[in-house]
Amino acid sequence: MTKISHVGLLAVATFGALVLAGLSPDPLFRLHFGLITAVLLLGTVVAMRFATVAPKAKPVAKTRDGDVEYMDEVIRYGTIATLLWGIAGFLIGVIVAAQLTWPALFNFEPFFTFGRMRPLHTSAVIFAFGGNALLATSFYCVQRTSRARLFGGDLAWFVFWGYQLFIVMAATGYLLGITQGKEYAEPEWYVDLWLTVVWVAYLVVFLGTILMRREPHIYVANWFYLAMIITIAMLHLVNNAAIPISFLATKSVPVWAGVQDALTQWWYGHNAVGFFLTAGFLGMMYYFVPKQAERPVYSYRLSIAHFWSLIFLYIWAGPHHLHYTALPDWAQTLGMVFSIMLWMPSWGGMINGLMTLNGAWDKVRTDPIIRMFVIALAFYGMSTFEGPMMSIKAVNSLSHYTDWTIGHVHSGALGWVGMVSFASLYYMVPKLWGRPRLYSLRMINWHFWLATVGIVIYAAALWVSGITQGLMWREYDAQGYLVYSFVESVAVLHPYYIARTIAGLLYLAGAIIMLVNVVQTIRGKERQEVPMGSPVLAAA
Amino acid sequence: MSETSGNWFIRNHAKVERNATLLLGLSLVTVAIGGVVELAPLFYLENTIEKVDGMRPYSPLELAGRNVYIREGCYNCHSQMIRPFRDEVERYGHYSLAAESMYDRPFQWGSKRTGPDLARVGGRYSNEWHVAHLINPRDVVPESIMPPYSWLMSRELDPGLIVNQMQANAVLGVPYDAAMIENAAADFAVQVDPEGDSEGLLARYPKAVIADFDGQPDKLTEMDALVAYLQMLGTLVDFSTYDPVANTR
Repeated sequence: MTKISHVGLLAVATFGALVLAGLSPDPLFRLHFGLITAVLLLGTVVAMRFATVAPKAKPVAKTRDGDVEYMDEVIRYGTIATLLWGIAGFLIGVIVAAQLTWPALFNFEPFFTFGRMRPLHTSAVIFAFGGNALLATSFYCVQRTSRARLFGGDLAWFVFWGYQLFIVMAATGYLLGITQGKEYAEPEWYVDLWLTVVWVAYLVVFLGTILMRREPHIYVANWFYLAMIITIAMLHLVNNAAIPISFLATKSVPVWAGVQDALTQWWYGHNAVGFFLTAGFLGMMYYFVPKQAERPVYSYRLSIAHFWSLIFLYIWAGPHHLHYTALPDWAQTLGMVFSIMLWMPSWGGMINGLMTLNGAWDKVRTDPIIRMFVIALAFYGMSTFEGPMMSIKAVNSLSHYTDWTIGHVHSGALGWVGMVSFASLYYMVPKLWGRPRLYSLRMINWHFWLATVGIVIYAAALWVSGITQGLMWREYDAQGYLVYSFVESVAVLHPYYIARTIAGLLYLAGAIIMLVNVVQTIRGKERQEVPMGSPVLAAA
Repeated sequence: MSETSGNWFIRNHAKVERNATLLLGLSLVTVAIGGVVELAPLFYLENTIEKVDGMRPYSPLELAGRNVYIREGCYNCHSQMIRPFRDEVERYGHYSLAAESMYDRPFQWGSKRTGPDLARVGGRYSNEWHVAHLINPRDVVPESIMPPYSWLMSRELDPGLIVNQMQANAVLGVPYDAAMIENAAADFAVQVDPEGDSEGLLARYPKAVIADFDGQPDKLTEMDALVAYLQMLGTLVDFSTYDPVANTR
């Protein structure tokens, strides 16, 4: 049920977007705001359909921990959004992989060329899938660890729907060719402004809930979520500083230029990984791993050391994206040194997560959710070793500009971010919908293996392809001439690109199995199956 | 964990864990340090950007071409940053200088070479080659995996907002002077007209390449702009006067 005042606000916003579209001299701006008007209009109609003018009847209180009534409906929406955006993002990933493999066959100019689809893929998986996973799990965790209802009433709904609008604005913008041209920060100024509003609301809801807590201490998972929210705000505001060329045009001019812009961008870009995709998801680990294992976090002191050292060191690592470029050497060296140091807190966190399973290791055999957490932490450990190694200048001279980087990102994103999100969602779904258990544990096992095999193929194919390419570029013959033309180093990669496309399909298939499992669980179905870990014969 | 046990650090950390404002404030300070130490010096250390001759702002047509380059996400596959290695210098030309992107908002160094580096692609191929390559890359490079951009041939260039963009750049310190902004529309047309009076254009934008890039004399297209941009990349700095020792960083 929505309130009539919300319908009014949506209607005003719709009209505002339409007016902006009408006033603009910029055809792209008109098109984009036309689309935004359509989306808002649809939202208004749907909201009106469910609007009520009668005073809302107090729902039967679902009391937990005394008299606290958690606000879980927004988390249910967030869970569904995470899954659907995830599948969309993985699907776009498979399409762009196919475009690099069979460029003539998968040519959809002008709106779906690789250059426009690649930001769509990265934003869909990072901001749409990852972002919704963070919203849903942080709202779930902060209420339960604070024993308080989400602060701000309907503000949490504004955060959820506002964030979805941000995603739609960014995604449609990319396909129309509206971009700032900065990786992982492609949305233009007006989309950035909108995200700022939503993000501040997110901070208010999250921090407000912590302030209203009925526990003396703030739980460690919330430290990580909070640091993520505040750091992303800082990075977003500084990196996207720009002046629009007109308030009715899509284009803006960044405040930073050249070498300063480059370092600002990678300070942002690396910490989008470090905070959005690491600190936030470590918050997930610190709540959901102990919950699913039914064991306390391994070490309280390690949590403290982990938290402060991770957030302090991560922020310095950005310059390793700019080794041997026109960035001054002192900055490159700082970036390298801090990247190597970063290995320690990263593994400290992994150890804290894995050792939480002490006394519960048998569950790896019987509980596929625990198994998923373990593989997520294993991939986290793998990629946080690989990252510092690649930040060493000598290694980077070979790996930079090649597919090795792409493989590294994906072992972190598919292995760590993806797996820890899936496992947390599997934990939450039965509880959120009040079901005794998930529809099927064996389907989680299928998801686990499809995803794991997919990641291994992906990473292996791109290690080979990246190193091959790096070596071919620097190969000299006995006479002192370069052996290979550039395009020879492209042609040789074809088989690895086929392998990557297949790997992406496997990962996508796993996510679709998850969707079926979750939908069936929501519908209240329970699949009759042989329990995990028991021999098939014993059941017969 | 009780506040009375443990060492000094643990005891005091318990205070942070009980105070959300303190936790938020300390986190923000902790994450701000690295960024301030690394970013701030780039704005005041004088040797961050080398002293070179020849750098100038983009001509209106080049700027429009750069907009197309950014819009199509070319930076996703092409770097514009040659590293100081023997193989890169032999393959692409002199290693890139910070000065060469001093007017680039945003920078376009890129992070991946699915295709070759373009920092010095200017003048390496003919206009006809670029147009044929952009219409269908596999017509000229059979093994290429680049998408085709044939539709740029029919996209008329809209000069409408380029003046706004030059003005916004000028506000931020890019040396677009009054004459450059005043003549923007004329400079647009003259750069694709080899028969036109290009004296003023070349005075304002030395080394600008003037040609009917797309081979369609009756039309000013996005293809014209993109090729004009590609043909000037990396050509501005006068390396005969560049002193690498004096500019060591």
